[in-house]
Amino acid sequence: MREDVERVADVGLDEPIKKLTPERIEKTVNHVLDNECAARLKVYLDTCVRCGLCAEACHTYLSRDKDPMFAPVSKVKNTIWELVKRKGKVDGEFIRNMAQIAFTECGACRRCSMYCPFGIDISYLIMTARRICALLDVVPQYLQDTTNSHAATSNQMWVQQDEWIDTLQWQEEDALLEIPTARIPLEKEGADIMYSVIAPEPKILAQLLGNIAIIMRVAGLDWTMPATDGWDNSNMAMYSGDFEIMGRVERLHWETAARLKVKKIVMGECGHAFRGAVYDGPRWLGWQFPPIQMVHAIEFYYDLISTGKIKIKQKIKEHVTVQDPCNTVRGRGLGDKLRYIIDATCEKFTDMAPNQEHNYCCAAGGGVINCGPPWKRSRMISNRIKAEQIERTGADIVITPCHNCHSGIEDIIGHYKLGKHVKFISEILMETMEIPDEMRGEGA
Amino acid sequence: MVGENWDWEPNKKQVTDLEIIRKKYSRVDELIVSPNGEKIAAPVKVDGGFSAFYNEDVWPETSELLWNLRFTPEGRLYGLARIDDQWTVIVDGTPWKERFEYVWSPKIAANGKSLGLIYKREDAYGIVIDDKPWENGFLAIRDYCLSPDGKNSAATVQMEALAEADIEHFARGVWSVAVNGSAWDKKFINAWSPIFNSDGSKVAAEMRSTMYEYSIAVNGEVWPVNYGCVWAPLFRPGTDSVLTPARDAGKWILTENGSPVWDKKFNQLWHVVFSPDGKKIAAVASEEFGRWTIVVDGKPWKKSWSDFVDKPVFSSDGNRVAVIIKDKNRWTIAVDGQAWSQDFDMIWDPVFSADSQHIVAKAELNGKYCAVIDGKSSGFYDQLWEPLFSPDGKNVLLKFVENNVYCRQVIPLSQL
Repeated sequence: MREDVERVADVGLDEPIKKLTPERIEKTVNHVLDNECAARLKVYLDTCVRCGLCAEACHTYLSRDKDPMFAPVSKVKNTIWELVKRKGKVDGEFIRNMAQIAFTECGACRRCSMYCPFGIDISYLIMTARRICALLDVVPQYLQDTTNSHAATSNQMWVQQDEWIDTLQWQEEDALLEIPTARIPLEKEGADIMYSVIAPEPKILAQLLGNIAIIMRVAGLDWTMPATDGWDNSNMAMYSGDFEIMGRVERLHWETAARLKVKKIVMGECGHAFRGAVYDGPRWLGWQFPPIQMVHAIEFYYDLISTGKIKIKQKIKEHVTVQDPCNTVRGRGLGDKLRYIIDATCEKFTDMAPNQEHNYCCAAGGGVINCGPPWKRSRMISNRIKAEQIERTGADIVITPCHNCHSGIEDIIGHYKLGKHVKFISEILMETMEIPDEMRGEGA
Repeated sequence: MVGENWDWEPNKKQVTDLEIIRKKYSRVDELIVSPNGEKIAAPVKVDGGFSAFYNEDVWPETSELLWNLRFTPEGRLYGLARIDDQWTVIVDGTPWKERFEYVWSPKIAANGKSLGLIYKREDAYGIVIDDKPWENGFLAIRDYCLSPDGKNSAATVQMEALAEADIEHFARGVWSVAVNGSAWDKKFINAWSPIFNSDGSKVAAEMRSTMYEYSIAVNGEVWPVNYGCVWAPLFRPGTDSVLTPARDAGKWILTENGSPVWDKKFNQLWHVVFSPDGKKIAAVASEEFGRWTIVVDGKPWKKSWSDFVDKPVFSSDGNRVAVIIKDKNRWTIAVDGQAWSQDFDMIWDPVFSADSQHIVAKAELNGKYCAVIDGKSSGFYDQLWEPLFSPDGKNVLLKFVENNVYCRQVIPLSQL
């Protein structure tokens, strides 16, 4: 029974429902169903035969001892189906329950769609539930705060403009210690590449920016980063259901690249940001495809290694495994390129099972980790299967080319006491890449 | 801002041998050139820090760091510099008196002279114009603008501190707009894209009435109508009337003071611009999903493109519109609805001649740069800055690097 599911206190859910009226709920639900959902919703709802084959695909369901309440079909039944059936005549408690399901028990990872005999995009149905919750102001506190940050600052961690530029300049100075000609060129109009990142990089992982300065220098690439808003490619508004802010953030990101006259954006190691920048954001704005080419870090590093732009001096000896990010491997098919990079840089690799597009989500993506501390315990319970999967590899290092995966798996490793380390590809490259001696001595 | 008094005699000058510059300094950052093409400059590494070279000279002032070196439209060279661990602006080699914890985001007013920036000092943010900072600072600033005469500045400012993840406080509204350091009385959930009217007496900005309702505020007064979303507003030239694209029932319209301007609705509408005489309006629009075009006075061009359509540019007589377009990953210019037949790896903004008859744009093809005049490219260079027409439209000014030498050349249009 749904009543048996733990109710986690969250002011973003608990307070707004006190103010909801039946009229507002009904009006909002029907507005979304009638005006924002096309034939797609009706086709999905009419096509589903309630077979339940989606259940075995879901990490939440599997991690919670196959409790049917956590099967994707149940999540849809307890949200969108009921709203459609009751034509929006539901109460605040229903909306509260729907928000808990949609925001914290589903990561929109789309694994279930691969197991649905009809390929129904169950994630879309859950995202529709999130949209309704958002319009009713019922969004988990920390996820809403992240969206507020996007709205106020155009980045997800309230990074001030001076902090951003100062961090890049500081990281350039650090990179200069390694290579005297390394640079982070700011506002270089006409560069080939604009490199964009997500806000945790300047906020808490600044060394990754120094790393990219070194990688770009070794590869001899013409690149730049903006000194204005528009540098953050992440988009939690996409997951909170605030599509207006999602569109605003994506528009600024693309127009910043257009202003700088770059031929492509290379983005750092993040999965959801790829989805937001390439799919959801452009489409809400009216672009069928991104207006400028977007290259994910996995493709970028694959190109650098496979074309010899960077050479591997020595592979790392530690035993590694890899987390396939949902949005770039299941969503974009970059799994083989990811393994090419690992093969080039690591001596001992053991794949997770299952892997590639069948891999389990890290349970942090889809905005789930952004729901914050109140939901961490629930998130850990919902990903026991990931902990078991990692443990079975016997690896010492989990490579995670995605910030959400990185943080989520760090949490899992800590919670389940797995005793492993998590690394980005760029960190692996910094350990393995050849930096020519003459480059180290340049400019001295 | 093309100067009548510039050297417009057809000739070619070899201004600076860049090989000498690169041998002289261990680090030479991005090269920039003055609007009239007489000077080339870049931040360079010197003993004890950074400075700026220009032609064969170098600023005497040494900084710990120097970046964002630019020329103003009237030709003054300025950059952002860290001196004794504090930031300031250096203009033509002379640092401003004021020092800041940080200073960034330079903008030049429409008068071509006044230089504004955002600063941070003692944990407060403000705007400084020509070395004169606001007296009042704020918790944060994200966006700002200068009045056309450069005398006033307006910025989106955060009025109240937010505790961590205090979403309830955020939803009550902590953002406003400050003009010359004085904030409007009203606070909003968000405020974006402030803009002055022609005489600098009024400021308009996008604002959020509720989490999902958007409108426009003018001098702190909010329009009585809300929309699903809005984009940057602009004033009708010479008036206090405000226009903005607005999302109404899922479609985008152009609205003026809350009333529709055109009958037509669009899937998307942005980058609204007026013709120089203020009589015509052009904007970027999408009529069908994935297709982009220009709409002039409510009438879309017949042709549309898939990838990208940039901000439209009016000719000086207001009768022609040109714009950067990208289709199937190739860049070119479209003029009055027709794309140039030649396309490029990249292209820069189109520039009309004063008589509105000709268009020139910088373009990149196979790693070289050329000037494209009325769709025809001529001459490729290692590096090229945006070309300009002479005031009489008879000559074109090219600023380029050829064989490691920076050159300035005035060429008769008839020879291109």
